[in-house]
Amino acid sequence: MREVAVVGVGHTRFGKWERRTAVELFSEAAQQAMEGAGVEGREVEALFVGSALGDFGEGQAMIQAQCRAELGLGLIPCTRFEGACASSTVAVRDAWMWVASGAYDLVLVGGTERVLPMGTPLATRTFAMAMHSTYEVPAGLTFPGVFALVARLYSRIYGLPLERLREQMAQVSIQNHRHGARNPLAQFYGKYENLKVEEVLSSRMVCDPLTLLDCCPFTDGAAALLLCAGEKARKYTDTPVYILGTGQGAGGPMALFEEELVKPPSRVSSARMAFRQARLEPKDIQVLELHDCFTIAEIVALEAMGFFPEGKAGEAVEEGQTEIGGRIPTNMSGGLIGKGHPIGATGASQVCMIVQQLRGEAPRGNQVDPVPEVGMVDTMGGAYGTLCHLILGRRG
Amino acid sequence: MRLYSADYEEALKKGKLLGERCLDCGTLTCPPLAVCRRCGSRRLEAAELSGRGELMTFTVIRVPPEGMEGPYVVCLVRTEEGPWVMGRLEAEGEAGQELLGRRVRLSGFHAWSDKYSAGERVTPVFRLEGEK
Repeated sequence: MREVAVVGVGHTRFGKWERRTAVELFSEAAQQAMEGAGVEGREVEALFVGSALGDFGEGQAMIQAQCRAELGLGLIPCTRFEGACASSTVAVRDAWMWVASGAYDLVLVGGTERVLPMGTPLATRTFAMAMHSTYEVPAGLTFPGVFALVARLYSRIYGLPLERLREQMAQVSIQNHRHGARNPLAQFYGKYENLKVEEVLSSRMVCDPLTLLDCCPFTDGAAALLLCAGEKARKYTDTPVYILGTGQGAGGPMALFEEELVKPPSRVSSARMAFRQARLEPKDIQVLELHDCFTIAEIVALEAMGFFPEGKAGEAVEEGQTEIGGRIPTNMSGGLIGKGHPIGATGASQVCMIVQQLRGEAPRGNQVDPVPEVGMVDTMGGAYGTLCHLILGRRG
Repeated sequence: MRLYSADYEEALKKGKLLGERCLDCGTLTCPPLAVCRRCGSRRLEAAELSGRGELMTFTVIRVPPEGMEGPYVVCLVRTEEGPWVMGRLEAEGEAGQELLGRRVRLSGFHAWSDKYSAGERVTPVFRLEGEK
C-alpha cells in the first residue's frame, strides 16, 4: 500500500444557504481545494461524493454526476457514498484505499447536503430513516431519541445520577459552542461563546433528557479534499497531511447492542482498526474531531475510542481535559454542535478541520499550540450503524 | 424455519410477542432476523415470548417526525427471555429516571403508516406492571 496525502481542502460556510444548491455548494468547496493545490479539473481521476438525504432535501439523487458536470471534470468514475452522517468519512476512507492501492494518483472527495429546505418535521423523518424501518422507526424513534435513550441508560449503568450527567453534558455543549463561536466557517460563528450550564439545562426540551442546546442544528454546507499519492504530494503543496490509519465498523438495530449502547462495539472496533494501522494509541493523538451530534454522544465516543475510562469522560470534560492544554483537545472547530451538521458533508468537514489544525491554520483561540503532529476523526452514522475513523499526521 | 417481520407484526396484532429460538445454541432472537443473533445459525424455530420484561431506558419524544403526533414515549425493554425489544411505553403522569428497572408487560400494539413506510407497520406497546 502506498502513502496517501491530503493536498488540498475546501469548505463552505456552514449554516443556511438559500441561493445555493447542494451541487453548487460542493463545487465551491471543491474549487477551493483545487485552487489551493493548483490542480486542474482534467487531472482528477475519480470523484467520491458523500450525500445522505439529497433525495429528500432537494429531490436530487445520483448527485455525483451532477457534481462532475458542474466542475467540468473528465468522464471519470464518480460514486456517491451513503452512510448517513458518516457518508463522506466513508468516502474519504474509500478514496484513501483507491489511491493507496495504486489505482488512482489523484482523487477529489467530499460531501454536500442541504438539510434546512426540508424543515424540522421532514428532516426529523428522513434522519430517522437511518434506523431500522420496521423495528425502530414505527415506534416513533427520532435521531435525538436515540441519544436520549442512551443518556438514561448511561446514567443507570455507570451509577451516575441523571442530574450530574446532564451537567456534564451541558459542559460539552458549552465547550463546543465556544469553539464554534470562534470559527468563521461555523453555523454559530459569533454566537453562544459564553453559555452557562443553566442555559443548556433550561433550553427547550427536545426529548428528555436532551434539550435543544444538547443537540446539533440542521445545516446546509459542503466540504472537499484532494487525496494524492504520497510520493507526488509535494508537487501540489508544501504542507501535505498524511492519512496514517483508517477504520470502519457497522451496527444494526439499537436493541441488538443491549448494554453496549453506552460503549458501542462498532465504534470500539473501528477506532482500534485505525490505531492499529497507524501504529498509534489514544495517547499519541493531539487533536480530535468527533461526532458530537448530541452532547451525550461526545461522552460515549471519548470512552469507546479509549481516551477516558468508562463512565468518566463527562468528568474529564468538566476538568478541561478536552480543551487546549488538556489530555485531548476535542472538537476545536465547534464540532457538530457549534459548527453545524450538514449530514453528508460532516465527515469531510471534520477532516478539513484536522488538516487546518495540523497546518497551524485554525482560528485564533481554537488552534492547538504547539501545532499538533497527529489528529483523528471519528464519525458515526445512524444509531452506531456506520462508524468511520481516520488518523492524520504531518509526517507520513 | 426463520420468521419474517410480517410474522412479527401479525403476531403483535394478536397480542403476542413472537421471536425465533436457535436450534443450535438455544438463544432467542426477537424481533426476527435471518440468523441467530448469537451464533449465526440458520436453524431457527418460532417461539412465543411472554411479553414481560424490564424497562431499560425510555424517552419522551416532543419533536416528532412528519406524520406523527407527540409527545409519546419510546422505550427499550429487556424481555425476561433475554432479547431487548423497542416499543412504545404507555406512561401516565411524569415519566422520570426512577421508572428504569420497573417491570413491564406487553399491553397492545401501535399501528402506523406514511408514504415511505411501505404499508402499515406495527410496533409493540408496553405498560408498567401494577398499573391498569
